[in-house]
Amino acid sequence: MIYVVGALILWGLGWMLNARLANGPRANTRAVQIAVPVIFGATILLIWELIVRGLSVPLVILPPPSMIATTFANSLPILWADFVQTFVKGALSGFVIGGVAAFLLAIVVDRYDFLRRGLLPVGNFMAALPIVGTAPILVMWFGFDWQSKAAVVVVMVFFPILVNTVAGLRDTSDMQRDLMRTYGASYGQTLFKLRLPAAMPFIFNGLKIATTLALVGAIVAEFFGSPTRGMGFRISTSVGQLALDMVWAEIVVAALAGSFFYGAIALCEKGVTFWHPSQRS
Amino acid sequence: MVSNLIISAQNLDLTFQTNDGPVHALKDVSLEIGKGEFVSFIGPSGCGKTTFLRCIAGLEQPTGGQISVNGMTPDEARKARAYGYVFQAAGLYPWRTIGGNIKLPLEVMGFSKAEQAERVARVMDLVDLSGFQKKFPWQLSGGMQQRASIARALAFDADILLMDEPFGALDEIVRDHLNEQLLALWARTEKTIGFVTHSIPEAVYLSTKIVVMSPRPGRITDVIDSPLPRERPLDIRDSKEFIEIAHRVRDGLRAGHQDDV
Amino acid sequence: MFKRSVLPVLTVLGVIMALWYAACIPMNSAWTIQQLERSGETMTVSEHIADTWAQERPRLPAPHQVAAELWDTTVMKKITSKKSLIYHGWITLSATLLGFGIGTTLGVLLAVGIVHSRAMDMSVMPWAIVSQTIPIIAIAPMIIVVLYSIGVQGMLPKAIISAYLSFFPVVVGMVKGLRSPDAMQLDLLRTYSANKSQSFWKLRLPASVPYLFASLKIGVAASLVGAIVGELPTGAVRGLGARLLAGSYYGQTIQIWSALFAAAILAAGLVALIGLLERVTLRRMGERP
Repeated sequence: MIYVVGALILWGLGWMLNARLANGPRANTRAVQIAVPVIFGATILLIWELIVRGLSVPLVILPPPSMIATTFANSLPILWADFVQTFVKGALSGFVIGGVAAFLLAIVVDRYDFLRRGLLPVGNFMAALPIVGTAPILVMWFGFDWQSKAAVVVVMVFFPILVNTVAGLRDTSDMQRDLMRTYGASYGQTLFKLRLPAAMPFIFNGLKIATTLALVGAIVAEFFGSPTRGMGFRISTSVGQLALDMVWAEIVVAALAGSFFYGAIALCEKGVTFWHPSQRS
Repeated sequence: MVSNLIISAQNLDLTFQTNDGPVHALKDVSLEIGKGEFVSFIGPSGCGKTTFLRCIAGLEQPTGGQISVNGMTPDEARKARAYGYVFQAAGLYPWRTIGGNIKLPLEVMGFSKAEQAERVARVMDLVDLSGFQKKFPWQLSGGMQQRASIARALAFDADILLMDEPFGALDEIVRDHLNEQLLALWARTEKTIGFVTHSIPEAVYLSTKIVVMSPRPGRITDVIDSPLPRERPLDIRDSKEFIEIAHRVRDGLRAGHQDDV
Repeated sequence: MFKRSVLPVLTVLGVIMALWYAACIPMNSAWTIQQLERSGETMTVSEHIADTWAQERPRLPAPHQVAAELWDTTVMKKITSKKSLIYHGWITLSATLLGFGIGTTLGVLLAVGIVHSRAMDMSVMPWAIVSQTIPIIAIAPMIIVVLYSIGVQGMLPKAIISAYLSFFPVVVGMVKGLRSPDAMQLDLLRTYSANKSQSFWKLRLPASVPYLFASLKIGVAASLVGAIVGELPTGAVRGLGARLLAGSYYGQTIQIWSALFAAAILAAGLVALIGLLERVTLRRMGERP
């Protein structure tokens, strides 16, 4: 019981601290802007720990964070192998293949107005569908190993990148295009000097959406069959064995992989589209 | 017949097909522009002044009549890179530095690297932007951006400069300054300039020839040859001649307006 | 209108159909050849091609087979039947809608809190944004099993997954929307000395509507995915996800494809419904059609 009371007090304290920081005079400094969410996250973890212990919540329902951390530290080789299988082999290769394919198709589609009118509505429609449902089919076609996961990822990332690239390639003003015409520029010159640079913010937007989709696709596809490693495989088997600490450790890996993947793309974006108003400070 | 004819239009017609039916943007427009002239096009919006400039540039196809630039069709002249075009907005690429933007037409036209650098330096000096080569457009004021876009149009040294309300979005003080600079530049380079504006003082101050246009259908109502000397300090705008020409322009604009009020 | 937009789409769809039929031939012909070798019969090329479009368990079912299965399992079956896709679709749809409703409501409430409390904004918002970059769907199996072990099963666990998948997009979109009025518009209300709730109801909320609808469309699609994935881990026997899983266990490709199409139709229907609501609402609010 004392733990639960402790949790409540901690919650109050954490919130008071954050409220003072957020409304204080230094609220706009970078340090406070990082500190506040970190304090919030740490408070949640501590409360979780205290409540699980205080109410003796069964481990098969919710393990405490300390136990998840221990499991994480003790199973690094397994987690690493799962990460390589799901993220590097499945998600990353699918992301690259799907991204390149979508990009090339976007350039072709953009060149022919008829194709654009026809493919764009279809692409928009497809981007809203539960494409992850193709997983059982692709697992059947490409086998249990990473190739089928990569295939699911290809299909999932394809349409968002296609639609965004096509939209980006059209995002030049009449004036900018007229300018290139006054120079008598060729199609290729206009493409490389004007339209591709102008499309970059859109392309990165598509890529950022696709990072999350790639991981979702690779993990969910493993629910339909996989070799005896991989993040999705580990999650589904550990859930079956009620080894929830392992499941949570795997979720931590997924969260880290997702944020770093997204962060890496966002970093590239900052480098490439430094000129865009959204990137200037 | 003008000596050294550069641009010649005869009975030019242009009709746009829109959803609300055809729009007669230009009707029976005839004009001759000689080498080294500074010609302003003035009139209310919809009078076809920008459309006419775009016809000269080969950016619009006239539906009737004849037009030639340097003795070629506008399309041929465009491909021969006969003119530089300055738009209403600077339209600099935000991902290129000022120097990179000015280099853009030179890259497209295939100048050598050394020549590119040399020309960029020269035109940046010409528009007083030396030292800003490495800056990005969004780090410069509106007036400086527009000067950079003029430098971009000058970089490949075409004989003709076409300007579509280049100073329209700038405030009066910056505009006066740029007008003065433009005249100096014109005197130094002896280019032929076509200049669209809706400001009467600007047109009178800059031009050797003022073309007054009126809308629905777009047509020329008056062509005024300016008696002002080529050398023009800013205070020439208080002189009697200046005010007289301004009057004539205003009368021309009013006459064009009468039939639709 | 027809020439500009409908014709190109129809052409593209036609090409996709043609490619699909063409792909069936190499995909399924191994089976046909195997059958022929076993029976010792021979076939003409056209018979061979026709056979690849009419197998019972093809690797890639032909479009008409999927269409026939869809027709068979919707119109021809009673909706209470375990073989009816409408029955399975409804199981999934009801979980989706319940979860979507919960997720959206909570999302909007949190967004209102974030906009009005600086502490909440700074504490929660970074996490809400980070949550969009991680595959939170990975917790789905655990939620199902944990809730099952404490005796909660059926629609609710799936709805919870749907709820948290739609929750974060709604929070992020709604916060953006509630913050969309510019300084001038807010200053105007300040000159009237309007209080917080007045500027909320008269400016922030109406201004957020377009953003809300945009995130609702993302949210509903995510909800459906959540409900379908929520049906996978327990080996559920009802719902579209269960149909996908069962189909993949027993190699019933036609069943997988028809369940996939049913899910697609459901998703498209839900997004279109929200799109319709959006149009009606925005028009009422005076947006130009």
